[in-house]
Amino acid sequence: MSNDAVNPSPTAMHTAATSSQAQPRLDLLSVRDFSFYYGSKQALFEVSMDIPERQITALIGPSGCGKSTLLRNFNRMNELIDGTRCEGDISLLGRSIFDPALEVIALRRSIGMVFQKSNPFPKSIYENVVYGLRVSGEKRKSVLDEAVERSLRGAALWDEAKDRLSESAMGLSGGQMQRLCIARAIAVQPEVLLMDEPCSALDPIATVKIEELINELKREFTIVLVTHNMQQATRCSDRTAFFYLGKLIEYDETNRIFSNPREKQTEDYITGRFG
Amino acid sequence: MTSPNTPTQVSDKFFSGKKHKLAVLRSLGNRALTILCCLLALLTLVPLFSLVFLVIKNGLPLLTWEVFSGLPPAAGLKGGGFGNAIQGTFIMVSMALVLAIPLGVLSAIYVNEYEPYSRLSNTVRFVAKLLTGIPSIMAGLFAYGVVVLAFGSFSAFAGAVALGILILPTILLTAEQALLGVQTAYREASYGLGATKFQTIVRVVFPEALPAIMTGIMLAVARAAGETAPVLFTALFSQYWLKFENLDSLVNQPVASLSVLIYNFSTVPFEYQLQLAWTASLVLLILVTIANVLGQLVFSKKP
Repeated sequence: MSNDAVNPSPTAMHTAATSSQAQPRLDLLSVRDFSFYYGSKQALFEVSMDIPERQITALIGPSGCGKSTLLRNFNRMNELIDGTRCEGDISLLGRSIFDPALEVIALRRSIGMVFQKSNPFPKSIYENVVYGLRVSGEKRKSVLDEAVERSLRGAALWDEAKDRLSESAMGLSGGQMQRLCIARAIAVQPEVLLMDEPCSALDPIATVKIEELINELKREFTIVLVTHNMQQATRCSDRTAFFYLGKLIEYDETNRIFSNPREKQTEDYITGRFG
Repeated sequence: MTSPNTPTQVSDKFFSGKKHKLAVLRSLGNRALTILCCLLALLTLVPLFSLVFLVIKNGLPLLTWEVFSGLPPAAGLKGGGFGNAIQGTFIMVSMALVLAIPLGVLSAIYVNEYEPYSRLSNTVRFVAKLLTGIPSIMAGLFAYGVVVLAFGSFSAFAGAVALGILILPTILLTAEQALLGVQTAYREASYGLGATKFQTIVRVVFPEALPAIMTGIMLAVARAAGETAPVLFTALFSQYWLKFENLDSLVNQPVASLSVLIYNFSTVPFEYQLQLAWTASLVLLILVTIANVLGQLVFSKKP
């Protein structure tokens, strides 16, 4: 397991120099000795990793390896499942997300999530995008309107949706629905976007669109991407973490993982020998 | 021939001899069973259709404006109608819904959304299932003991309490099923955007479950409007309109209802009253159908 401090990649340095004055944090999300249990079944074993700001970190591994479980812990979504518990710590910007003084609602506003199966509400496109703002008490129409345009543009859906904002989101295609879910997530301007296999239910063309979008979004957001698709990890991510049976096997820059993995299990997986 | 499965051999195997006969028998048996199932399904429709047919045939002749505006005729007399019974049924069913809907739907929300595995929730579910099976006359006796004796009179309120008790478990259980049917994905999406549990229920879960909850309520309306036994003990019957002066009017006088009118008139030896009972049945059928259709129209899912 590569647990040494994360070295900034050249791309990260470049991004930092051009788009932001502040040095991007290398440990925007920090996981320390994190274990997770569904009842008596342990799903994660003492995982430690740092997720750098404004980069795309891919979590890969075979089904049941714990990658989605870890992702769903970043915004404490797993708490909704009965009988789960965890050990260790995860912190966002240096502050523990399990801190009792931190409201889980505030946490989920700063860590947005896009799910495997697109799940727009059975409401209008407009209402879908502003949902997060509405539940946080925003009522000013100008603010909501502005957020809708900004988010839909951000999710590359504005041109297709601008004339039908009041129509039901259920009339969109699969790829459009998933982009709407991304727009909905970025409308509340989170720090981090969690994406749980966002393309696994989409056709190749819609997949390409979402991948391009993910690469665009990286300029503003820190993205953690769970994927089954190793090509997607190579195409999209800056860093890749390989999980197997609940353990973090290897975590490094993506091109290094795929060209010169240190661990035999990683090599076996990426070359398709199992998984 | 070298291969054991050349087409001719296969066809020989299947289309001749003992195996062929077996196959023919099987296919015949299959067809016979399909026809039998179809006939039995038709058979179940026979009582339903004959009932509706009889009600329409016997009820239509007297279906005039007079039955809606008039009062029930005294024994042996002709003319009049059962406007007061329609009024009474309407008042009591409405009041029963006012009592049972908040209680049933809010309990369902608690049981399904807040504490699905708690002891209280399990008890509520168990009791509700038990209550669906109690004889309706017991609901009537209970309301008699609690409301009629307390207020010293048969009343619309007592009838409503009895009907409310009767429909509460139906509303609760169908509402729970409706909430259970809402996809987890909607809840997760809502929580993922920083919504609280309450916001998630009010904005996403409840609107999504509403059409199915309405179906349960409509079932309850049909049941409540048709029940006789609980009303017999609590609202009794009245020859007159319920004059609404203040809230006391709902607790200090007996009230007519369609079901009790049908019950009373169907057991008397006078032709006109018998006819009126049929017409009252028809009106009851029509009113329940209208309520049902309206409920479905107003609350059905918009595409």
